[in-house]
Amino acid sequence: MKKSLLNFFKRIEPDKKKSPFLHTAYDAFFTFAFTPNTTTKGGVHIRDGMDLKRLMVQVVLALQLCYLYGTYNIGQQHFEALGMYGGFFEGFHLKLFHGLIKILPIFIVTNVVGLGIEFWYSAKRGHAVEEGFLVSGALIPLIMPPDIPLWMLGLSVAFAVILGKEAFGGTGMNIWNVALLSRVFIFFAYPTFISGDEVWVSDIHKIKDIGYQSVQYGWAHHFFDWIFSGFGWSTFGNGAQSVIDGYTGATPLALAAKGGWDNVLNVYSTHQMWWGDIPGSIGETSKPLIILGALYLVFTKIADWRIMVSMVLGCTFMGLIMNGMAPDQITADTENIFKFMAVPWYYHFYMGSFLFAMAFMATDPVTAASTRPGKWVYGFLIGAVGLIIRVWNPAYPEGWMLAILFMNTFSALIDNVVLNANMKRRQKRTAAVSS
Amino acid sequence: MGEFINTFIKSAFIENMVLAYFLGMCSYLAVSKSVKTAFGLGLAVIFVLGITMPINWLISEKLLSENGLFGMDLTFLRFILFIAVIASMVQLVEMVVEKFSPSLYNALGIFLPLITVNCAILGGSLFMVAREYTFNQSVAFGLGGGFGWFLAIVAIAAIREKMRYSNVPAPLRGLGMAFILTGLMGIAFMSLMGIDPGVFAGK
Repeated sequence: MKKSLLNFFKRIEPDKKKSPFLHTAYDAFFTFAFTPNTTTKGGVHIRDGMDLKRLMVQVVLALQLCYLYGTYNIGQQHFEALGMYGGFFEGFHLKLFHGLIKILPIFIVTNVVGLGIEFWYSAKRGHAVEEGFLVSGALIPLIMPPDIPLWMLGLSVAFAVILGKEAFGGTGMNIWNVALLSRVFIFFAYPTFISGDEVWVSDIHKIKDIGYQSVQYGWAHHFFDWIFSGFGWSTFGNGAQSVIDGYTGATPLALAAKGGWDNVLNVYSTHQMWWGDIPGSIGETSKPLIILGALYLVFTKIADWRIMVSMVLGCTFMGLIMNGMAPDQITADTENIFKFMAVPWYYHFYMGSFLFAMAFMATDPVTAASTRPGKWVYGFLIGAVGLIIRVWNPAYPEGWMLAILFMNTFSALIDNVVLNANMKRRQKRTAAVSS
Repeated sequence: MGEFINTFIKSAFIENMVLAYFLGMCSYLAVSKSVKTAFGLGLAVIFVLGITMPINWLISEKLLSENGLFGMDLTFLRFILFIAVIASMVQLVEMVVEKFSPSLYNALGIFLPLITVNCAILGGSLFMVAREYTFNQSVAFGLGGGFGWFLAIVAIAAIREKMRYSNVPAPLRGLGMAFILTGLMGIAFMSLMGIDPGVFAGK
């Protein structure tokens, strides 16, 4: 299979001399998928087919499903709030293009700013451009709300890349996850743009005395309207429509924090939460697609299953403790924090970004602990600390971003302890043998 | 007991001496180059904080306050007495470390006696007075604050040891990087800020 694929690609390889431009373009994409068969000259190297570019691009591939559904879901949430096009395929083109209008600028700004800084640094410091930003650049758009102002996004990406990565010496040297650093920057600097009820559904804003309304559509929507009407399809219109009754835009987590699991079920069904038909950050909503991505990463051995499993264990452990601490009888007078603690532990996987953080953030091989026992400890503590922040910390709606950054701080220490324990054990063993 | 645990958790994680109040920075930045010395200094700080806090509590409540031993308001003596207690405790630690681990004693150098003027320690005692802690709470605060400081210095030491292999831009090497690390660690520790253990665990 592999061989025939390789032969096929070799056959369509453009000639290097006749069309140099086509060949470089071909080569850039060819090396995404296959090892270049050139030998390294000079010095001693580890010979392995797996290089940095290959590693990075697998993660980007695993994220593609999240991108597809995320784009669709931006539109889906927008129209659901307006009470239009309820079914999956109704108004499909409108939802998709609304999503594209939102996600493309985010993606472009992230990558232009991030790669720009990366290029500038590598020119300045005289090394080849490293593909380090590929993954961060693919992850950052997925963890942003769809309405994030672009200058804020650019600022946060610059912060994360300069202070979080280049200051540490570039790709592979960072201590904290770059994508999460850029999100945490917005989270603490401009909290109203990335938390609360109003930011998760795109293009709906609150007008004084009128309530929620969709905004006036801009030129991009009108342009697509012009195309769609040419085909005789349904169009966006002018916008400024009022939303359906009872719309709040709250995410399941916000509802759970206010009144426990019953309060969530009043608005969303478990079916909706599982398939991802809920407001949230762009890429985090659809659980099956994230699981598919995670499985892909596990099978290609990019991500370590130990971290994923131990993170689930940590979250389960903490969830069981919380369920145990919650009062048996939930009444209307029960404090909200106890209602949240009474949410059955298995439903915590349905809400928020647990799976996304587990699959793509915690398993980042650079910032995670790198020893095996260390990985178990690291994942377990992320699971436990994340749930503590989510439920017990009333200041923040969700915990995984902060929990992962918190444990990134300690991953070096965990490795250090594991290594030293290992050395001590071996010393003891050799001492026992030699005496 | 609940009160004790609450104060401990709060002072160790949520209101970390280094990463939330930025106290005790001088030795934190200077001694965090290797995990081993950081570990030793961290233990010394836990010990000094844990011992001086209850002693200072007794001094300020039983000697210096109006209903204390002398029956008059002697709070103006607070600073001098606090420092005296801290200095004598540090002397004790210094002698113990010199006796039992000369290598650690040499590695810590001037920073061991300088625990005396470590602002985390005097700051801890003053926080204790300002927040009107009970005796139990002051013990918990001393141990918890020390543990938080210990955790912070050991974590940053591990990171700095790991970073010995990275190609940090020349102007940032050393202290510059340590400051950036401390700031980013502060962001990471902000994750726990706002948790009130008293609410769900019972006072």
